[in-house]
Amino acid sequence: MTNYRIQGATGEWEVVIGLEVHAQVTSNAKLFSGASTAFGAEPNTQVSLVDAAMPGMLPVPNRECIRQAVRTGMAIEAQINKWSRFDRKNYFYADLPQGYQISQLYHPIVGEGSLTIDADEKAGIPEDKVIGIERIHVEQDAGKLMHDQHPTMSYVDLNRTGVALMEIVSKPDMTSPAEAGAYVRKLRSILRYVGSCDGNMEEGSMRADVNVSVRKVGDTELGTRTETKNVNSVRFVMQVIEFEANRQVDVLEEGGSIDQETRLFDPGTGTTRTMRSKEDAHDYRYFPDPDLLPLELEDDFIEECKASLPELPDAKRARYENELGLTPYNARELTAEVETFARFETLLAETANALGKDEKKVATPVANWALSVAPGVIKSLGDEADASHATAARQAAILKMQDAGEISGGQAKEIFEIVLKEGREPDEIADTEGLKQVSDTGAIEAAIDAIIAANGDKVEEYRGGKDKLFGFFVGQTMKAMQGKANPAVVNQILKGKLG
Amino acid sequence: MTDFTQLGVREIRDGVAAGDFSAREVAEGFNAAVEAASALNAFIVATPEKALEAADAVDAARAAGETLGSMAGVPIGMKDLFATDGVQTTAASHILEGFTPRYESTVSAKLWEAGCGMLGKLNLDQFAMGSSNETSYFGNVASPWRKEGSNAAMSPGGSSGGSSSAVAARIAPAATGTDTGGSIRQPAAFTGICGIKPTYGRCSRWGVVAFASSLDQAGPMARSVEDCAIMLGAMAGFDPKDATSLDAPVPDWFGNLDADMRGKKVGIPKEYRMDGTSQEILDSWERGKEWLRDAGAEIVDVSLPHTKYALPAYYIVAPAEASSNLARYDGVRYGLRDLPEGSGLQDMYAATRAEGFGDEVKRRVMLGTYVLSAGFYDAYYTQAMKVRTLVQRDFDAAFAQCDVILAPTTPTASFPLNSLNDDPLTMYLNDVFAVPASLAGLPAMSVPATVTGDGLPLGLQLVGKAMDEQGVLNAGLAIEQRAGFTVKPEKWW
Repeated sequence: MTNYRIQGATGEWEVVIGLEVHAQVTSNAKLFSGASTAFGAEPNTQVSLVDAAMPGMLPVPNRECIRQAVRTGMAIEAQINKWSRFDRKNYFYADLPQGYQISQLYHPIVGEGSLTIDADEKAGIPEDKVIGIERIHVEQDAGKLMHDQHPTMSYVDLNRTGVALMEIVSKPDMTSPAEAGAYVRKLRSILRYVGSCDGNMEEGSMRADVNVSVRKVGDTELGTRTETKNVNSVRFVMQVIEFEANRQVDVLEEGGSIDQETRLFDPGTGTTRTMRSKEDAHDYRYFPDPDLLPLELEDDFIEECKASLPELPDAKRARYENELGLTPYNARELTAEVETFARFETLLAETANALGKDEKKVATPVANWALSVAPGVIKSLGDEADASHATAARQAAILKMQDAGEISGGQAKEIFEIVLKEGREPDEIADTEGLKQVSDTGAIEAAIDAIIAANGDKVEEYRGGKDKLFGFFVGQTMKAMQGKANPAVVNQILKGKLG
Repeated sequence: MTDFTQLGVREIRDGVAAGDFSAREVAEGFNAAVEAASALNAFIVATPEKALEAADAVDAARAAGETLGSMAGVPIGMKDLFATDGVQTTAASHILEGFTPRYESTVSAKLWEAGCGMLGKLNLDQFAMGSSNETSYFGNVASPWRKEGSNAAMSPGGSSGGSSSAVAARIAPAATGTDTGGSIRQPAAFTGICGIKPTYGRCSRWGVVAFASSLDQAGPMARSVEDCAIMLGAMAGFDPKDATSLDAPVPDWFGNLDADMRGKKVGIPKEYRMDGTSQEILDSWERGKEWLRDAGAEIVDVSLPHTKYALPAYYIVAPAEASSNLARYDGVRYGLRDLPEGSGLQDMYAATRAEGFGDEVKRRVMLGTYVLSAGFYDAYYTQAMKVRTLVQRDFDAAFAQCDVILAPTTPTASFPLNSLNDDPLTMYLNDVFAVPASLAGLPAMSVPATVTGDGLPLGLQLVGKAMDEQGVLNAGLAIEQRAGFTVKPEKWW
């Protein structure tokens, strides 16, 4: 259980949170028309006759959007409803050409499922927690009104009209802003793994309606909730909860009551305000869309959806820990984002191949390289680095030299710097720039002989039992070799000569 | 010189194909007839140039030895509910006055493909809502028929009243209609012509202004069963742009016409014997039975027990869908916009829709809005959908005992214009026999049977199993051959 509490004048309050996340389905065409879904086009250039609701136009479901919703449902281990239906949600607005939104109220395509948010002590999530998901349904997005184009008129852009959204409705299972934040991040990660939504909150591909209520600790009845619409970042979701919970506690403690209402978030002030009260709520007159037959999923289609699912975050993380032997921290960091694990897995395969070793054997050094060494070098170079030079093959070549003892960790970084700046090949850099360890026993022996000869007294002391002096000899040798001697070889020869 | 306007679809296309006359001559003949018949007000706009253009193309194709389409050289009237590229499409409503689509409905495109030309856009009840063609913004349509001894203008039926009037008056050999709850069959019966509403999904709804999506079906209206069979063949077919379109091959209905009813059972539903049905209608029904028996059919009694609930259920489902379908006429993107000085969005909606929609359309939009609203949805819409299922089951059970059902098309013959305007409920009763087949999505046809004592046509209705348009057309042909309906309206226009 979370320990998130609001300390009021009359006692402690807890928060109950449910989220409705609208995720834009990744597809080339809209839910019921062939128009493009690309972001950022000139207004009203991606509008079909269907989107503009011209007389006599009819919606035809886009199979790819249905497929993505089903795959998403599978990724949250939800019930897939083989029979679902589209309903019309009727209301008038200038950004809604049909005068209704095609949605799924009564029979959604995806039923109950869940996802697990990961323990995060610092954020006040002591252990992994399962968050229930009520349903996922697909629906059309609306267009966009532009109020800044004319002094007295509003303009309408229908590019977004009819784009497919998944509405993912959680159960009221979250009890702190941190849990809600973790939920959105985890959901986003799953959507991106599945490839059903790009998760880009800045472009509006993912936005959340945040339902918040409060109750006294120990109460079992839910309080009256408010719904804050269209919140478009994880940070804002957390801010809304923080603000709403405290506002509601204040109202209740002053003897007031919470109105069940729709609110708007102002990112500038971090506050919410009333958008419309329950009395103004629309009567949407939902009814089955008579232009569309019920959606019946065939077994082959469901099987194909299942077969196309990638390894998901939780499974991947477990495999990284259990099979690749990575630390829990590394496993979590590497699996958080699609790009991160994709880079890691490519580099891992490339390195294992270059070394002729099993992936398990090289996973830890590759993980360390991918998570800390390489990002550190890239960051330190700033604008000087050209990331496109850092191919998996080049990085694997560096890791291979390091594994063979040909270069030190420091040399690996230096070589990588040159790779990033100049796009040259690591082997060539090591040779040309003298960035190689000397493993030539002859040269090292000669250096050691000279050091022993020059430090007779220390040799005596060491042999007399002062083991700590071994480090002195290593240091002297490395200094004589200008840091390029292979430490393992140095150790071995020193031990032999000092006896 | 031949009076081409007396010819039907088959005669025209065969004559053109044989070179007996040119398509241009035919088009010119009908264009002149349309121009001379403005008193009927059957057309909202005439498009003589379109008819000639198509005719010339057919004549050129024939001269070049090309294969001609199934309706090559036949000029037709197009109900103004079908979107026609570059030609005003209004649904007979002020709210769409001046609206010229840049797209062509699937059904009209198929007809042009088959070699038809367009005489013009036919008048109709506004948004296809009406049974008398008195709700059009562009004025009433008059039937070419009159009662003996009276000069009162009669209703051509509705909503496809422009279509029925034009075909009966022989200013078009055939016309498209649409049928939501009888809008092809009732006007056909009122004007002594044939009309078939095929199985729901046979004809694409793409590009047809929607009234009630789950019921709307296009179909042909012509003066003979075989003309309907030819034209339906040209109109039907799977359309991927309509999610409710039937993905099934189109049979050769015309080629398979056969009036031999031996081995067929014809069902007579006892529930259609309703109070208020005129004796003349009942008599014509009896004669229909005799004709089909004469054609070799066995007559059996069947029961459709939920018939009396069909009309009330229809007047919930159809307005519910219409209230939503008509939401798009909001003044924002096309059609009428009434933006009072200094007003906002809500004012614009209210003003535009108040000005643009006629009374009957408003009545149905309000009815539909009401039955879908919170607190009433289950009592009305849910209940009506249950009735719809029961009506469908009635037909399933009846068709276990018979091949085709015979019934009257309407409870009365045509009535004078302006006689029922103040009584919408009586007006709605016109569709009492037509609506059950609509709710069940079944193919149904009206064929002329006889005339009343005062000289008005009466029709008989045939309802078939889903996808069995052939059975309906064949039974219709058997009746047509025996009814000997040769009366024509006397020309007064």
